[in-house]
Amino acid sequence: MKKILALVLVLVMALSFVACGAADEPSVYYLNFKPEADAAWQDLAAAYTAETGIPVTVLTAASGTYEDTLTSEMAKTDAPTLFQCGTAAALANWGDYCLDLSGTDVYAEMTTDDFNLKGENGEVYAIGYCYEAFGIICNKALLAKAGYSVEDITDFASLKAVADDIHARADELGFDAFSSAGLDGSSSWRFSGHLANMPLYYEFRDNGVTECPAEITGAYLDNFKNIWDLYITDSAVDPATLSSSTGDASLEEFGTGKAVFYQNGTWEFSNLTDKYGIPASDLTMLPIYCGVEGEANAALCSGTENCWAVNSQASDADIEATLDFMKWVVTSEAGTTMMAEQFGPCPFKSAKEPANVFFADANRLISEGKYTVTWAFNYTPNVDDWRAGVVSALTAYSAGTGDWEAVETAFVAGWAAEYAKLNG
Amino acid sequence: MSDKKKKKAKRPSGSAVTSNLIRKPIQRWAPLFILPTFVCFCIGFIWPFLQGIYLSFCNFMTPKDAKWVGITNYVKAFSDPSFGRAFWNTTGFAVVSIVLINIIAFFIAYALTQAMRGANLFRTVFFMPNLIGGVVLGYIWSMIFDGILHRYGTYLEANATYGFWGLVILVAWQQIGYMMIIYIAGLQAVPGDMLEAAKIDGASGWKTLTKVILPNVMPSITICTFLTLTNSFKMFDQNLALTGGNPITTLADGSKIAATELLALNIYSTYNISRNWHGVAQAKAVIFFILVAVLALSQLYATRSKEVQQ
Repeated sequence: MKKILALVLVLVMALSFVACGAADEPSVYYLNFKPEADAAWQDLAAAYTAETGIPVTVLTAASGTYEDTLTSEMAKTDAPTLFQCGTAAALANWGDYCLDLSGTDVYAEMTTDDFNLKGENGEVYAIGYCYEAFGIICNKALLAKAGYSVEDITDFASLKAVADDIHARADELGFDAFSSAGLDGSSSWRFSGHLANMPLYYEFRDNGVTECPAEITGAYLDNFKNIWDLYITDSAVDPATLSSSTGDASLEEFGTGKAVFYQNGTWEFSNLTDKYGIPASDLTMLPIYCGVEGEANAALCSGTENCWAVNSQASDADIEATLDFMKWVVTSEAGTTMMAEQFGPCPFKSAKEPANVFFADANRLISEGKYTVTWAFNYTPNVDDWRAGVVSALTAYSAGTGDWEAVETAFVAGWAAEYAKLNG
Repeated sequence: MSDKKKKKAKRPSGSAVTSNLIRKPIQRWAPLFILPTFVCFCIGFIWPFLQGIYLSFCNFMTPKDAKWVGITNYVKAFSDPSFGRAFWNTTGFAVVSIVLINIIAFFIAYALTQAMRGANLFRTVFFMPNLIGGVVLGYIWSMIFDGILHRYGTYLEANATYGFWGLVILVAWQQIGYMMIIYIAGLQAVPGDMLEAAKIDGASGWKTLTKVILPNVMPSITICTFLTLTNSFKMFDQNLALTGGNPITTLADGSKIAATELLALNIYSTYNISRNWHGVAQAKAVIFFILVAVLALSQLYATRSKEVQQ
């Protein structure tokens, strides 16, 4: 009796080892980095499997943990066949894993090379499948209640005048100018990343920078201070509490009509219209004005970190299946519909027109001949540590326990040190 | 079958396990019983550990593409000033939390082993924080601390002192209950006749505590100090969730001081710099392992020697 039991146990163990290595049919494994798009990707993957029989697994990294998840998933035998590689820094890390996509069907579907990441010899290592824009999201209905319209805001001075007035009458109006500029980890990237893009962009534009510079001067940091001071002054939230103020809190203030302005990007559109029920016609996105000369001609900050890369170390069959899946996503009815809903305008021939009004704003401003503020922050060396230093200094400055000089040091000296660390 | 059973039943209970009839078959099958655990131990511990040591000598993005670089990573690890700072932060934190946790846990245990109403309820309540995960605790406590500090116009991450004591309070709150349980077990094992003898001999309460009870609970002290020491050195989740190393000061030369960063968090952030730092983080982890092992073993040796035979 015992012998039989032991034999069975041994057999089960042996089988479980065998099972791990069995069955190798072509499959697609997509590592997605946008938690807000997870459900849409899962549905699309299921639809593709139902249509073609090819299994598609979609794994979404939890917010802010994409790099970690990618590293651990890549180390596995069944590594992702399709993943995100969106910045020069990511390409430096993952270049060995990126397949040259030039000559593939999905690449042939593209309408522009602008958002693609290329190697030294013109290899297409990652293709930008959508682009995004950020700026100051504005609730036009509330603005009208306060007696203004978006046409009144054309530069920093007029933005400040409107915001100051709304803040002064906040009690009477029942809402304030800006939603909280939270510096908790769930929100601080809006400022250490996106808002910091303003001084970086203008400095790089002046100096004609095309790759990560070893040092920066911080020439436009006064402008950064202008806009930051405005955010924390003309807001209902006490600046001393910003250290623990979250992104959700800020979104809710704007979503429930407690603030007119909210700095964020095109990706928040469905949150605002679906979750908070703000009519799309009440929403618009303004450029971030910070007092730079000629900024009345600025458009929104547009760029992308959403680039697909195909794992060159996957098996040929899996690579083939992945490329087929990508082509299907950007050409099929289901795929293009989902892409337009989730990601807005996509640079592919069969892409659909998105309903997202923020993109309409982005396109309108560009068609008026205004200049696009590109994503200069994509050059940031050792981005997490650099931002952590800036956020810490910014938090202390806002709470009144630190000074602005510390922010400048974290910004300028921090950049040089992180660059040295990265390349040393 | 039934004959065997009868025989077994007749034997005096104590000798049953030592009987050859039972021992022989068990011994023969021992490897089979050990095998599953041993395999798990190899897969989950031995192999990753060896691979980790190997990787500390490599430059790598994932373990699949490791390239041997010799001791470069160790040179970089030792010349990184943030590693040294994190070490001293950790040491300070460990000393304070070991002392606080053990003293408080001991006295709570002492109080709860005296005859008092609701002792069991208190034991349960004190133990409960231990059931909550570190990251959750970190976020909850950061809200509590910030809630209090906001009243005074400041916040938890404003300076290193708040962050340090915040972490000490959090960890004390979490671990005191656990250590208390161990001390209660120790205190209950103190022989009643010894206590009675001390009482008859007219020993004061303090004398009884220091001369009779303490020597007898030395095994509990050994295990509790060991646990608090290793826990403090390995502290990661709570550190990450409570302050994440903040406040971070950038010096004029651009180098950063993360005032509340402990060793494990330092290793974690080193790894995230770029692929060239993965190996350095791995090297730091190996140094970290040796450090914790040496400390823990010498502590075990030191406190074991004070234990008495009952």
